Parts: sequence; C-alpha cells; structure tokens
Amino acid sequence: MIAHTVFFYIFSLIAIVSAVMVTVSKNTVHSVFFLILDFISISCLFIMIGAEFLGMIMLIVYVGAVAVLFLFVVMMLNVAEQKGQWFSSRWDGGTHIPVGLLVSLIIFFELIIVIGGWKYKPDLLNSLSINISTQVTNTRSIGNVLYTDYILLFQISGMILLVAMIGAIVLTYRERAGVKRQSYVKQISRERSEGVDLVEAERNKGVKIDA
Amino acid sequence: MLSIGLGHYLTLAAIIFTIGVVGIFLNRKNVIVILMSIELILLAVNINLVAFSIFINDLSGQIFTLFILTVAAAEAAIGLAIIVVYFRNSDTIRVEEIKNLKG
Repeated sequence: MIAHTVFFYIFSLIAIVSAVMVTVSKNTVHSVFFLILDFISISCLFIMIGAEFLGMIMLIVYVGAVAVLFLFVVMMLNVAEQKGQWFSSRWDGGTHIPVGLLVSLIIFFELIIVIGGWKYKPDLLNSLSINISTQVTNTRSIGNVLYTDYILLFQISGMILLVAMIGAIVLTYRERAGVKRQSYVKQISRERSEGVDLVEAERNKGVKIDA
Repeated sequence: MLSIGLGHYLTLAAIIFTIGVVGIFLNRKNVIVILMSIELILLAVNINLVAFSIFINDLSGQIFTLFILTVAAAEAAIGLAIIVVYFRNSDTIRVEEIKNLKG
C-alpha cells in the first residue's frame, strides 16, 4: 500500500511537471517530448490502478502515433525555435494573461468543488451496469463488452477514424505540375481504332511508324 | 493521505485539465502547442473516467475512454492537417499573426 502511494505521488508529480513544461517551454520540440513524458506517466498510473489495457493502448496510440505525428509536423513546418516569445503579446498589451489565469483558477476551483461534492455524498453514483469481475483479466472483460454491447459505438469510431484519414489526405493534397500520372479513364476508354494502325508494307523496304 | 483514493486521481485530473486550459489561454507561440494543450485536456478527462470506473467498479468508463482515445487521435490528425495547409498558405502559424477570421 505504501509502495502504491509512493508511486502514485511520483508519477503524478512527473505528470504535472511535464504538463507545465508542455505549456511553458520555448522550444516546440521540447513541448512534444514533455507531452510524451506526460502520456507515459499517466499510462503508468492507469496500469497501477488496474486498467492495464487502457494504459498499454495509451502508450501505443499516444506515444506511438499522436506524439510522433506532432513531431513530424513540428519538423516539417520549421517552427521549432522561436526565441523570446514566451507568453509575449504584441498588440493587446498583455491583458490576456491575468484574464486567462483568472478563468483557469475559476475552472480549477469548480473542478475541486465537484470532487468535494462526490466525497460528501458517496452514494451519488449508484447505477452499476457492468461490474468489473476479478476472475477475468482487464483486457478480456473489455473485449467481452466492447464487441457485444458497444458494437455500434465501435463501428462508429472506426468510421470516424476513416473519415479523419480521408479528411487529412484531402486537406493536405496538392496538385503538382509536371508529374506524369496514370489516367484510368483514358486507359479504359481506348478504342481499337486509335490503338491499332494497319500499315501497307512494301517489299524489301522498312515501315516507318509515327512519321 | 497515505491510501490513494478517488479524490487523489480526480485532483490530479483537475490539475492537468487546468494546465491545459492555461496553455490554450496564454499561448502566443504557435497553434501546435494549443493542439497539445487540447490533448492534455482530453488526457485529464480520461483520468477521470478511468478513476471512476475503477472506484465504482463499473467497466463502462474504460470503454468510453477507449472511444475518447479514438476521437482524440482523429482530432489530432485533422488539426495537424489544417495547420500544415495554413502554414503552406500563409507561412506562419504564430497565434498572434493568424487574423484571417477577424477574431
């Protein structure tokens, strides 16, 4: 129990510090690296609490795909080094900083109040639908539910991924000049009359094609 | 203090959520950092869902976390594609120079 507590505090401290560093670091590449560190520590917390499938999926999806996507875009756009622009404001004289901090503090205290409400009325959520069984593993129980009860949502999320993929391709597609490409319509609609040319050949002479 | 309960996880999620909101408000560098702050906010929501799911012994929270992961990945892909297109058109993605929407 003590070890659980110690590891919880270590991982949550790393997560909070790296979240702050994502926000304040001047170099965008450093921000991406701290984002990766944040995701890794949170997935360690998930594995500790008993949601090991989600922890692993978090590692695969976020660290393996999303963060690498961020890195690629940061490198492609060449915006990594932007010195002296740390929360600076050129036009509005910096009034957005106190307002932003105020609104963030209000949001934080609202969230804390919500936690307090849950703590003082523990039977607030009492509608158990899918109990977590201790006999089967976490991955197995998720699979049991995901492909039966939640199959419609599962299919819809696959469709969302497909739409996102097509959308990203369509958005970033750029027509380049001077690129030779296949024209399927031209290939399919080719007739015999334009493909075959009968030439009357004379004896002892060659035939000139495409004269 | 010594035994970790639901409140600890919810507090952690609240702190990370607030850091993400601060990142959106105060950022003046580029839009990519704003997208990363949105990822932080989604991460905080995931922490909440998983913590509730474990502590009230209900699997639905983890299922919904899975779907939130899917939507977050799609959102990151689309957002980065939009940023790439914008950078190609106007050569900057600094927040204070993006004024095409007259906001």
